[in-house]
Amino acid sequence: MTVEPRKPPPQFVAKLRRALGGRAGWGGFVLQILFVAALVWIGYEIVANARANLQAQRITSGFGFLNNTAGFDVSQSLIPYSGSDTYTRVFLVGLLNTLLVSIIGIFFATVIGFLVALGRLSPNWLLSRICGGYVELIRNLPLLFQILFWYLAVLSTLPNPRQSISLFGSFFLSNRGFVIPKPIANPGFEPFVFAILIALAAALLLRRYARRQLFESGRLVTIWPYVVGLLIGLPLVTALVFGAPVAFEVPELKGFNFSGGSRIIPEFVALTLALSTYTAAFIAEIVRAGIQSVHKGQMEAGSSLGLQRGSVLRLIVVPQAMRVILPPLTNQYLNLTKNSSLAVAIGYPDLFSVFAGTTLSQTGQAIEIIAITMGVYLLISLVTSAVMSFYGWRLGRSMG
Amino acid sequence: MKRVSLVFTLALAAGLSTEAATAQTLKTVKDRGMLSCGVSQGLPGFSTPDDKGNWTGLDVDVCRAIAAAIFNDATKVKFVPLSAKDRFTALQSGEIDVLSRNTTWTLSRDTSLGANFTGVTYYDGQGFLVKKSLKVNSALELNSASVCVQTGTTTEQNLADYFKGNNMKYEVIAFGTADETVKAYESGRCDVFTSDISQLYAERLKVSKPADHVVLPEVISKEPLGPMVRHGDDQWFDIVKWTLFAMVGAEELGVTQKNVDEMAKSDKPELKRAFGTDGNLGEQLGLTKDWLSRIVRAVGNYGESFDRNVGAGSKLGIARGLNQLWNKGGIQYAPPIR
Repeated sequence: MTVEPRKPPPQFVAKLRRALGGRAGWGGFVLQILFVAALVWIGYEIVANARANLQAQRITSGFGFLNNTAGFDVSQSLIPYSGSDTYTRVFLVGLLNTLLVSIIGIFFATVIGFLVALGRLSPNWLLSRICGGYVELIRNLPLLFQILFWYLAVLSTLPNPRQSISLFGSFFLSNRGFVIPKPIANPGFEPFVFAILIALAAALLLRRYARRQLFESGRLVTIWPYVVGLLIGLPLVTALVFGAPVAFEVPELKGFNFSGGSRIIPEFVALTLALSTYTAAFIAEIVRAGIQSVHKGQMEAGSSLGLQRGSVLRLIVVPQAMRVILPPLTNQYLNLTKNSSLAVAIGYPDLFSVFAGTTLSQTGQAIEIIAITMGVYLLISLVTSAVMSFYGWRLGRSMG
Repeated sequence: MKRVSLVFTLALAAGLSTEAATAQTLKTVKDRGMLSCGVSQGLPGFSTPDDKGNWTGLDVDVCRAIAAAIFNDATKVKFVPLSAKDRFTALQSGEIDVLSRNTTWTLSRDTSLGANFTGVTYYDGQGFLVKKSLKVNSALELNSASVCVQTGTTTEQNLADYFKGNNMKYEVIAFGTADETVKAYESGRCDVFTSDISQLYAERLKVSKPADHVVLPEVISKEPLGPMVRHGDDQWFDIVKWTLFAMVGAEELGVTQKNVDEMAKSDKPELKRAFGTDGNLGEQLGLTKDWLSRIVRAVGNYGESFDRNVGAGSKLGIARGLNQLWNKGGIQYAPPIR
């Protein structure tokens, strides 16, 4: 049996040629190939040259350092870490700290941004002016200045641990951060989580049922009392049967600091506050522009159907505005993530501080570490934009 | 700061491909007419600019002495202020000819950075600065304390070793520059500021009430601070090394900034060798015969520079201690100039 070699259809060749921008025929195509080859060659030359010269000067190169012991400590880590761990571990600690501050910052920036935008568009004169003032003030001051302001002017005025502000004798606010009781799982913890999951699943089923009723028979079924009942009742019953799901380890003042409990460090608070309020000012403007891009008639049509202002916004205006909002909103998310590298100014142990800072100066391997760090920020940014594109694609599909 | 390190890294990646490993640094410096010297971003006693932009300090004197030996003009120095984490990249990339920035000599730095230490300008050790109001008398009472430290220093690792070795807990907050570290310490974010002891004395001058702070007696590490040069240029290595030896040697010979011209006329054989009236030691280094008198005329001998910048004659008032000459109870020692 012989297999006929498949000829590319002529259409395909034409498409390829168009994709490469070559209207001038194969000559242009060859030129472009040569151009790419030259770029690759230059890149290779740079790497090879740097390698050869690093070796000639006997500067250690390569990635072997990642397995060496770091020998320094870090103030905040989401995974267990001690000074006897490797630089790879330090990298992970820094990366997670960067992701933590970025994700929480993005969440608050989005919430504050939307609220400020809605406030600015509100018919209430005072509210609209306050929101306008917020935007103009915040977005026109340098971010580094704002980070230092929160850290040095606001948080450091809190009292020292011995005079900390105490809430209910178990929450403590001081210049060392916010110390809260730490939950510790009891035997009843697993059934409790299980009960919550069951309640959530039941609530989702109920919602589906209600929607079907609405679309099929036009009946508006009120389900929220059942949902609330399920979500509170079921876990409560399990807690009564199996005992309290968690115990709390209450922080105690020992020596200079609190021991026990969980602590949110002031560096994290200052950075998150500054990043989210700063980015929120830009997001507010983006959202405002998005909402105003929706024709006024849409709003009026919604009102004439008898919908309230909130429902009109939620069901009609915002979904249409999202098409305009999404691309610049993605930019703001990326900016926030990249701006989190200003953390080094206030000693928050993010990726840039512990890896491209401490690790770099201890190993001296600048080229490798800067390359890894750039690669990681690039990856985070690409993943963020991919997620946002996916969201935009779904939004576009659901709107038909 | 961030941008600076990126620039140096790019310069390193690009510069390495053009600059040959056996660079003739002396020729480059002479052609440029200027020595490029990496110093700190402002550490009183070691390298700090005044309000007119004039740099002074022990580390600065080393730069000036090299410039004096080459050009007979101690002002022909371009000072490049560097943070702790940018300093090595700046040296590797050729941005500076010599790094004279209170840098601790360690084995890994000497071998893996493509650079060499040329000597020890100051024998230091790491210590702790605390507020007097804490009523702490020893570093061993610091269990559970919060400690502020400058990132990219040997200090961070010594700190981890010390607390681990003594079974004490602590919280470390690492900042990019010394100023940020001191500000956080002063604001109460940390109980302790740790660094080389000389630096603790210097930074204490910057806080609002220096008398409220005290340096604890423990010295937890050895921190020999010295200048660094790139690998691959032995002549330049010799020049920087012997500039410092000339300063120490001059003190030993009793040559001072004041009496240098008088001493140069001396008939003593060792003085004649040092001043080049007999033999050509300076020329063997690639400099001129009168290299030593040029150096001493510009910055004085080691003892004078020490007193003026960090010792009794300065605001820091640090005792000579280990930095006294070997024949006066210290360990500063220069090989024979012959």
